[in-house]
Amino acid sequence: MADQTAPLLDVDALLADPATRIVVCCGAGGVGKTTTAAALGLRAAEVHGRRTVVLTIDPARRLAQSMGLTELDNTPRQVKGIDTEATGGELHAMMLDMKRTFDEVVQTHTSPQRAAEIFANPFYQAMSSTFSGTQEYMAMEKLGQLRSADEWDLIIVDTPPSRSALDFLDAPARLSRFLDGRMLRMLMAPARGGRSMFSLVTASFGVFSRAVQKILGAQLLTDLSGFVAALDSMFGGFRQRADETYRILQDPQTAFLLVAAPERDAVREAAYFAERLVAERMPLAGLVLNRTHEVAFDTISLAEAEAAAAQLDAEGDQQVTAEALRVHAGLLRQIEREVRVAARFTDAFPQVPAVAVTAQPADVHDVDGLRTIGTALAG
Amino acid sequence: MGRNEWPARLHVVTGKGGTGKTTVAAALALGLAAGGHRTLLVEVEGRQGIAQLFGLEPLPYKELRIATPPRADGEVRALAVDPEEALLEYLDMFYKLGAAGRALRKIGAIDFATTIAPGLRDVLLTGKVKEATTRSDSGRRAYDAVVLDAPPTGRIGRFLNVTTETARLAKMGPIKTQSDGVSSLLRSPITSVHVVTLLEEMPVQESLDAIEELTALNIPVGRIIVNGARPPLLAGARLTKTELKRGLIAAGLPSDPASVAGLQSEAKAHLTRRELEESLRAELLEADHPVVELPLLDGGVDRDGLNRLSELLMGV
Repeated sequence: MADQTAPLLDVDALLADPATRIVVCCGAGGVGKTTTAAALGLRAAEVHGRRTVVLTIDPARRLAQSMGLTELDNTPRQVKGIDTEATGGELHAMMLDMKRTFDEVVQTHTSPQRAAEIFANPFYQAMSSTFSGTQEYMAMEKLGQLRSADEWDLIIVDTPPSRSALDFLDAPARLSRFLDGRMLRMLMAPARGGRSMFSLVTASFGVFSRAVQKILGAQLLTDLSGFVAALDSMFGGFRQRADETYRILQDPQTAFLLVAAPERDAVREAAYFAERLVAERMPLAGLVLNRTHEVAFDTISLAEAEAAAAQLDAEGDQQVTAEALRVHAGLLRQIEREVRVAARFTDAFPQVPAVAVTAQPADVHDVDGLRTIGTALAG
Repeated sequence: MGRNEWPARLHVVTGKGGTGKTTVAAALALGLAAGGHRTLLVEVEGRQGIAQLFGLEPLPYKELRIATPPRADGEVRALAVDPEEALLEYLDMFYKLGAAGRALRKIGAIDFATTIAPGLRDVLLTGKVKEATTRSDSGRRAYDAVVLDAPPTGRIGRFLNVTTETARLAKMGPIKTQSDGVSSLLRSPITSVHVVTLLEEMPVQESLDAIEELTALNIPVGRIIVNGARPPLLAGARLTKTELKRGLIAAGLPSDPASVAGLQSEAKAHLTRRELEESLRAELLEADHPVVELPLLDGGVDRDGLNRLSELLMGV
């Protein structure tokens, strides 16, 4: 339940506008980001006739299957069995293969021989599959590639299930800061013709090199310096790409949709994210509040329902109605709680348009389910 | 179901995001403290979820007393483990670095080390948890139980499987020794991993996947904790409009057709939901781990709510 005073988010206007080229769905984990992204993509193709691609990160198995995705292959696949006859739109979907995307970036920026060395290095193997932020960085990289291919009317991005929604904005910068960092430059000094840190004699560096040798061991240091030397050739490229992606995100052709569920943590994340988007001058289009509840009639209040249920229980012969009234009361109480939680966002950002999507009885597994969500998103 | 039903000393609480694992971890720490015990509630993801739950200032890297169990002696301390601090502490313990440690931080070495080898980060975090679990103060255990608010189900296997992650990088040396120590603690009866879920499809699926993954890694799985369970209303009820109308009239409430139809459709939706919940509950029971259910708290999670959950977990 979005606050009544918040302007209603016009999802159809956003999807129909040819000037909207990228929609980024972001928010805490478990709020229905991927489902929202898929439903928006379907609606953009079916209702607005746009050639749309949805980039998903780690979707639930059955949701992926609903779009015909069976493997992480980094290639957009056309979604079959949707109804675009009237509008001529298309829907394509792909799942991000983080490691493969990283490999591609390396191949683009270095010689085949260097690339082979990098791929064989255990540090690269660890970093390309587990570095916190690699997934975010690679999602941005893939977005940049899709954008520059210029074959899509609309790209919808589902952001990675980060610890914090903000990781998505910070990871590319963190990775490039890391690759550009002082530490890495010190380790690389020999490769660049300077003095290695291990020959430095100042006290802390001396202690440091001893500590490093002691803790990490010689084999690890050899791998590390090999990795670092190999990465050296790619510095400029990484930085430049991270910067370019950042600019794409600031472009008015991009629209950020915050996705939240009416739960304390999810709404708090959405509020943090909204603050960041404003600070980074990134275009915030609105808030999608998933899984809200509504009553089917409003003639009986919470207090009345509870009092009547207690009264019927005491009288003892209207058990079914008493329990039905308890269900109604439970629903009203839940709505009260949802309104209170959502108000934390809408009070802080009264000008941000919002739309509420009612909880579905079961999870979405097929195109029909996505279509229902899309209709609800359109208000 | 008292303390004896929670035999491990290190309780790792995981669950899909949004299932309330921090709440459950806190309630478990409170419950296990009851009866004059001391427990430590640990978080490792820098979210400051414990501080928010208890309405406290962000926690420092220090074990602070934050709560006492309801109607009983005992205390809960809390710790937010920061990987940088943990690395410095570790270095200091083994290498007596002193001021040089601070110099390391200044030149970005710590950030570098924990970035380049994410497995190292997890070894440091789990290493600190191990240290607190096994620590003794003058012959007595520092903590009767340690409860870890762990990463979510999607990452729990990798987080706890520290040996494999670090073995790729460090084949010998102290990091290897450290990760081996953590690994054997996590695979011993001292440890128990509890999975928190809601009766919804995705959390249940992820919980079952995580249980399978942990079992394959030989990490002991404890309980499945169903959070936010709703009371079983309308079991087997026949929801006719006539019946509901009669009830509404008896209660002196509006009984116009719209109200009766509205009440009927809400009740039917509730029954649909219940059927789905029943089948999910059955799937969880098949996993062959004890299932505990905690009710949805009407007033949200405040201190009273936490106390109530802690007593329910202990079977009070």
